[in-house]
Amino acid sequence: MRVYLDNNATTMVDPDVMREMEPFFVEKYGNPNSLHAFASQTHPALKVAMEKIYAVINAPKSGWVLMRTCTTESNNWVLKSIYLEEILTGKKNHIVVSEVEHPSVLATAKYIESMGCKVSYLPVNSEGIVEAERLREVITDKTALVSVMWANNETGAIFPVEEMAQIAAEYGAKFHTDAVQAVGKIPIDVQDFEPDYLTFSAHKFHGPKGVGALYIKKGSELTPLLHGGSQMGGLRSGTLNVPGIVGMGKAMEIAADALDFEMVEVKELRDMLEDALLEIPDTFVVTPRNKRTANTLLIAFRGVEGEAMLWDLNRAGIAASTGSACASEDLEANTVMEAIGAAEDLAHTAIRFSLSRFTTEEEIEYTIDATKKAVERLRSISSSYAYAPKGHESGLEARH
Amino acid sequence: MGFDNLIGGTIWDEYSQKVQDLMNNPRNMGEITEEEAEAMGAKLIVADFGAESCGDAVRLYWAVDPKTDVILDSKFKSFGCGTAIASSDTMAELCKGKTVDEAVKITNIDVEKAMRDDPDTPAVPPQKMHCSVMAYDVIKKAAAQYKGVDMDSFEEDVIVCECARVSLSTLREVIRLNDLTTIEQITDYTKAGAFCKSCIKPGGHEEREIYLVDLLEEYEKEKMAKAADASASGSDLPFKEMTIVQKIKAVDKVIDDNIRQMLIMDGGDMEVLDIKENGEHIDIYIRYLGACSGCAASSTGTLFAIENVLKEKLDPNIRVLPI
Repeated sequence: MRVYLDNNATTMVDPDVMREMEPFFVEKYGNPNSLHAFASQTHPALKVAMEKIYAVINAPKSGWVLMRTCTTESNNWVLKSIYLEEILTGKKNHIVVSEVEHPSVLATAKYIESMGCKVSYLPVNSEGIVEAERLREVITDKTALVSVMWANNETGAIFPVEEMAQIAAEYGAKFHTDAVQAVGKIPIDVQDFEPDYLTFSAHKFHGPKGVGALYIKKGSELTPLLHGGSQMGGLRSGTLNVPGIVGMGKAMEIAADALDFEMVEVKELRDMLEDALLEIPDTFVVTPRNKRTANTLLIAFRGVEGEAMLWDLNRAGIAASTGSACASEDLEANTVMEAIGAAEDLAHTAIRFSLSRFTTEEEIEYTIDATKKAVERLRSISSSYAYAPKGHESGLEARH
Repeated sequence: MGFDNLIGGTIWDEYSQKVQDLMNNPRNMGEITEEEAEAMGAKLIVADFGAESCGDAVRLYWAVDPKTDVILDSKFKSFGCGTAIASSDTMAELCKGKTVDEAVKITNIDVEKAMRDDPDTPAVPPQKMHCSVMAYDVIKKAAAQYKGVDMDSFEEDVIVCECARVSLSTLREVIRLNDLTTIEQITDYTKAGAFCKSCIKPGGHEEREIYLVDLLEEYEKEKMAKAADASASGSDLPFKEMTIVQKIKAVDKVIDDNIRQMLIMDGGDMEVLDIKENGEHIDIYIRYLGACSGCAASSTGTLFAIENVLKEKLDPNIRVLPI
């Protein structure tokens, strides 16, 4: 059996989405900014798609939803443009991010820091959540931007972005939230708390890869990162990705319709998996269930190294993750586990299962069984549970 | 570099079949209890290395015959990824039947080579090479325990890159002989830094005492010091353009290298008093000391010898005038 439980990394494209995109490859392939019928024949579908995207996040028509390649691009743009406009000009000198942001925010913040900007990194509490009060401790009237994700990619923890946006506004700072793990999982309404910037990507909710969006509140427009043609009101040049935008629109519409299913049925399956795995002794979950997205479970099995666990799961046909897929090639511990300050010996033992509306009960039952077997096998090999003769002083904390 | 780095490959594709098989079915995974060791008439050694908080840890069990020092049985338990488990297993296998002294000579490279499917293809991708280092370290720890000595006593030289086992002295020598200035060059010449990359600079997977960037900096400083010396002596400048201090130093050096030894052997010496430009000539005023003053040759043969060597080495317009 093959089971895909890595939906926070990317998702399967919904077949309905693919059908919607199909005519725009071979049949209606015109450049929408040209002056001929090939171009104008793309316009109705693009308009419908954009309307859907605006509707799902309840963006006012006066605001901008700029279509882009991915959340990494959008996040980079927000931070770097704020740097160019507010920091480099000397108006402000400070930005705030959380220490568990996605690398596309964290690495950009570090880069800006290396250019001379002050950066504060907000810590998480023992539940893996950034508390709004922490922002009050560091923000000043020289703070240009606060950037805090809505939902964490690894734990699914939902952060109090409404409250933080309000604090940012009090100090005259712009507020950005990376909502890539929130759209399609919790209700999003940008008129509810008015973030200046909100970023998300289609491929996290069964849309195509290579298309994402940046919402910008009216009045918070940014200097273009890419100068060029006048597409998207001149704010984001580059030929429009017509099939991508059409696909994203459809994917958003379906995701909005499926939100109740996600928050009830998907949650049930996730809870079933979580309850069963927590029966294994020495097993830990960081963020309480009611404080995270319905599809995500980050769980630590003491004495079982993460990559070894992925190896055994993969042999059983199950796809999971040790954290952010962007980091899977390096060898470092899970950043969230480290930030939480979880018992040090657990830092390398976290496994993330992320479900989708396509996950079945049968798949979860199979995964429970396979995971239990993997933990049993790897613990039988593990030095953490190894025999030691009487009087042997464990040297297993010797290094570093 | 370019093409190969575009798409993140899965590191698992680079594991040899042997590594994969050992990960799935380690042969020497397990424990030796005191009772079992006793039954073999052996001494039980239990050595630990690494830490779960660092991502890998291993416990090695040896049953050693106290009369012959032969390792009768060897088993392991390991917290770590597939390559850590496979390396630990291979290490335990290689220890069997060897004496403790022989086992200490097993290196991480032996462990990695034993896991290759064919002799020319590495068993693990570069960033996983450090897993075999842990397997090697735990052997030293076990041997040290058995012999009651410190584990550092088995290491003759400081190892800068543990993955490729490149020592400090080798690196210093190669850098100087080949005038290496970049990390890439060091890696090309020695393989140091090609694997887990911890030894390149601080902030890698493991903390090191000395990094390759330190060695480059050390060599760079050494070169700059040499260059500074050279410019202080003015050796790069034409003699005429030197300052008076540089001129006197330069003359002294030529005398030191060519003449002084002979004068001293004859019980004399000389000193430079002044250097003056006189039309097209450069006049160097000297004074003979000891046996030289009053010697007949001091105004003929010796004087010509001094003048000729200074003309040849420094400037053809030099005249030497004894006072």
